[in-house]
Parts: sequence; structure tokens; C-alpha cells
Amino acid sequence: MIEFSEEAKRRYESILSHYPQKRAALIPVLALAQREFGWISDEVAEYVGTLMGYPPSDVMSVATFYTLLHKKPEGKYHMEVCRNLSCWLMGAYGCVDEIKNRLGIDIGGKTPDGRFSLQLTECLGSCGTAPAMQVGDRYYENLTPAKIGEIIEKLSHD
Amino acid sequence: MTKIHLVNIDKPGQASLETYRAGGGYKALEKAMKMEQSAIVEEVKTSGLRGRGGAGFPTGMKWGFVPRDTGKPTYLLCNADESEPGTFKDRILMERDPHLLIEGMAIACYALNCHLSYIYIRGEYEFVANTVQKALDEAYADGILGPSVVGNDYGLDIFVHLGQGAYICGEETSLIESLEGYRGYPRIKPPFPATHGFLASPTVVNNVETLTALPWIINNGGAAHAALGTEKSKGTKLFSVSGHVNKPGVYEIVMGYPLLDFINNEAGGIPNGRKLKAVIPGGSSVPVLTAAECEGVGLDYESLLKAGSMLGSGGMIVLDDSCRMPEVLSVIADFYAHESCGQCTPCREGTGWAAKILRNLVAGKGRKADIDLLLKIADMMEGKTICPLADADVMPIRSFVTKFRSEFEALCEG
Ligand SMILES: Cc1cc2nc3c(=O)[nH]c(=O)nc-3n(C[C@H](O)[C@H](O)[C@H](O)COP(=O)(O)O)c2cc1C
Ligand code: SF4
Ligand code: FES
Repeated sequence: MIEFSEEAKRRYESILSHYPQKRAALIPVLALAQREFGWISDEVAEYVGTLMGYPPSDVMSVATFYTLLHKKPEGKYHMEVCRNLSCWLMGAYGCVDEIKNRLGIDIGGKTPDGRFSLQLTECLGSCGTAPAMQVGDRYYENLTPAKIGEIIEKLSHD
Repeated sequence: MTKIHLVNIDKPGQASLETYRAGGGYKALEKAMKMEQSAIVEEVKTSGLRGRGGAGFPTGMKWGFVPRDTGKPTYLLCNADESEPGTFKDRILMERDPHLLIEGMAIACYALNCHLSYIYIRGEYEFVANTVQKALDEAYADGILGPSVVGNDYGLDIFVHLGQGAYICGEETSLIESLEGYRGYPRIKPPFPATHGFLASPTVVNNVETLTALPWIINNGGAAHAALGTEKSKGTKLFSVSGHVNKPGVYEIVMGYPLLDFINNEAGGIPNGRKLKAVIPGGSSVPVLTAAECEGVGLDYESLLKAGSMLGSGGMIVLDDSCRMPEVLSVIADFYAHESCGQCTPCREGTGWAAKILRNLVAGKGRKADIDLLLKIADMMEGKTICPLADADVMPIRSFVTKFRSEFEALCEG
């Protein structure tokens, strides 16, 4: 059985207090659960559902609508490169190829040590500093293949 | 040029309450709290302000639709979902001048008699949301928000709500569904959010840029705002420009400013000695303009409409003459296929098939008949769906294919 940490339980109560109805807290609570458990597994959906009083199928049906809620375990550094127009114009795929080559993974793949995974994403709101990539809660912008090399190098050692 | 939104954007420390106040911040809120609520609505009507989220609906009129006698609470929801490809203006406002948004929201809330409000920020902008949250914390600690807004007998709570990745949640009824804790399926309208929005209560959804215009309007008066711009486009507009320009970024111009001057001056012109080929002026959902069509066009609602496009979100994407338009359209079409929520068959199937046909064409495996098929699919999607996402795919498809047809034909064998 999984369970929120004490800190997460406090966060949970605080999230609930922001809304006039409990249901509105479901998606922020799923985000909290992902932070705690890494991804939204059946077990996590069941836990959140029990906590809030919704069937796990209902919880999962919500989770599957939203791309930031992961339905499989991603790498510690989940690299999401924007493939949309401005990034595409400025060479996003050159950066994607660099990631593929350096890590030996394809789009949707993960390195065997679980450190890196790669995915394409839609416009990140960084079109003026394209190409852009999101890794966890931070953005990397004005990317070049050389910069990708530096980023991977850095993230490999911490 | 007069500035309304970006006046202090480059000031160091502008995100802090101290600096914001030192620059005259929260004076407009103090002034507004002394006004009648209805007088603020009138002032916004006079200003001619139109929504900056994409649809351009008159803000004062939208507020006027909100019933005051339902016995239910009224909600203001700030739309900070900013996901329209090419758009990155709300981000800079929230990152660098978050108190301007909080002040604008507080003014709007008071005018609408709203006591509980949310900022729906796309989840990818978590680091932006942290800045906004810090500013909210400061505003609470200072008594700007909370039980007595800037010392008045009026309570107001504002919370940040993070989205979790879905373009469609920028559409206002989808945003409401999502905020209520469901899949972000757009709702059939009517009923409109003004009467049946968040939790079936009267609700106003306004974009970040719309709300950040309010402090200026209260300080300077609606008439001063209406004196700026053109007949139907009042005030200033933020344009986020990207693609093939020397100086991509966010710029504020007075409505009506010439499009080509904007590209050549503000945006620094086209790099590498190349020529302008086409412009998508308002985010990927609006029709593309050829370089020739850009001649004499002003950056305002009516001029862009007359030229055959739209102002949209102000997310301008500039394309130089190295671009192969079928490839560009294919990149755009993949986006709509990915983001269709799937409720309406014409949209779910149409966006998917259009994207597949275009990939095939770009791969050199298309036939000439596919080009007309694309246009037929566009016809079958247009105006036949719950929300305008399908139309947002139709506009690029139809404009690219008709304006650059020979490029599409050149890719086909027979
Ligand atoms: C598919 C779709 C996506 C949208 N995305 C956004 C968005 O990211 N931000 C936004 O402010 N408005 C967006 N809108 C427009 C909203 O539905 C709504 O008109 C707007 O938030 C109203 O605010 P305003 O009147 O201040 O512009 C979108 C509309 C559609 C159809
Ligand atoms: S038009 Fe598309 S995105 Fe909009 S409700 Fe219908 S299926 Fe969903
Ligand atoms: S197109 Fe990549 S961030 Fe907008």
C-alpha cells in the first residue's frame, strides 16, 4: 500500500482548502501524487480515488486526458523537446537527433539506468527563444546540438 | 509609442511588491475601490477594451452579461493557459510584472462583485506560477488581498491553479471543466459562462493581457484608452514575434501600427539576407498572409480581418523564403490532430486525417486528388463542432493550400 508522506498530506489539505468543492482539487492532487510517486499508476489512481471518494476508473479517466500526468514511469530527467512551428523552424529536430544519438534512445524511450527519457511536446511558450525543451520544472531555451551535449553532460553527473 | 502593459517590464525587481508600489502600483485598485462597481464596468465599456485571449470580445460587454441577482457567487477566472503556438506574451507579464496582473484581477473582481478567483496557468509554466504565487503571498501579507482589500470592507481570495497539459483547456468552457476536476471537454454554448460557468455559477473568463490593461484604464480613464488605436481596436496590443526575424520577442504597439514596419523595425527584419515569404499574424490558428498581402496592413482587428486573417492572440510567426509551405502546414496540422479533445467526430477524424494526408504529401507519396481532399475535409469540419478548435485547423489548411497550391502540387505525382 502506498501513502502520502506527512508533508504531502499537509499539501493535500491545503489544496482542498482552495476550492469550494472537493472535486475541483482532483487535478492538483494528481499532480501532487505524481510528485510523490513518480507517475500515475493504477495503484496511485486507486489511492487518490480512495482518499477523495472517487472510483479509480474516474480518476484514471481524468489523468489520461492530461499530458503532464504520466501514465508510465519516465526518466529522472524527462526531456521534452518542442516540435511546434517556431522551434521546428529554428532546428528542434537537430536537437532531438543529438539527444537520440548521445543517449541511444528513441522518442518515447528511456535510458536503461532510468536517468533520461525523451519525448516531443507542443508549443511551450518559448517560441522567441526557440528551440526550447522542458526538463521537469525547468526550461532550456535557444538550444543547439552543442548545448544539448552540455546539458546531458551536466545532468549525467548530479 | 504609448505603453499600457510593458511600462515597467524591464525594471529590475519589478516582480517585488516594493518596486511595484514605488512605481505607483496598486493606486488604481485603491481608486477603483472608491468607485461604484457599475461605474467600473461602464469605464471598461467606454475604454473599448476587447479580450486579448484570441476572440477579441468586448470586455465591458462581457462583464455586463453577468447577472447580479442569482444568489450564487460570481467567479473571475484568469486564463493563463497560453498554449496557442507562437504566443508567449502572458508569460512575460506574469514572470516580470505579476503584481500588475494581481491588481488587474482585483479591479475586475471588485467590479464583478467576485470574492473568489483563480489564475489557471498551464502546468508547463510551473516556474512562472511560482513567481505569481510569491507575488500573491506578498499581496496577502500586505493586506491587498484577503478579508479587506486595500483596507476596504471587501474580501477577495485569488488562487493559482496549474493545468496539466492540454491546449484545449485554454478554451474557456474547457478551462472551467478542467478547473472543476474533469477531463477538459468544451461545453456546448449556450448556456454561456456568464450565467452558468464555474460550478454552474456566473463566471467571467479573461485573458492575462486583458486584465493587465485595467490598472491603466482606471488610472487614466476609459476615454483615454479609447483615444488610442483605430475605430474598432482600442488601446495597445502585445505581439510575441518568432520564426525568421532578427529580434524575436514581445513588443507592445498601439493598435493599427503597420505590420511590415513591425517586422522590419521592432522585430529587426529577416535574417541572413532572406526575403519575407509569409506571416501568421495571430497564432497558428489564423490564416496565413503572403508577403504581398501584408502590404499596407495594420496590426488591428479590422485591418487584419480585411486582409483575410485575424489578430488572434498576437502570436506572430514570420516565415522567410526558405520555407516549404506544405512542410510548415504539416507541422501545424500535427498540432491540431494531437490536441483535438475527441468529442466531435468532424474534429477528431478531420484533424487526424488532415495531418496524415499532409505527412504523406510531404513524404512525396501524395496524389493531386489529396489536395482537394484536404479542402473537402476542411469544409466538413468548419462550423460543425462544439468548440472552435476544428475551425482553428481549417484556417491554416485552407489558407496554406489555396495561397501556395503550386507547392503542394509539385509534391504530387498524379
Ligand atoms: C482552442 C482554443 C484555445 C484557446 N486558448 C486560449 C488561451 O490559451 N488563452 C486565452 O486567454 N484564451 C484562449 N482561448 C480563448 C478563450 O476561449 C476565451 O475566449 C478567452 O480566454 C476570453 O478572455 P478575453 O475575453 O479576455 O480574451 C482559446 C480558445 C480556443 C477555442
Ligand atoms: S471541436 Fe474538437 S476540440 Fe473542440 S470540442 Fe469538438 S472535438 Fe473537442
Ligand atoms: S513553438 Fe516551440 S515554444 Fe512555441
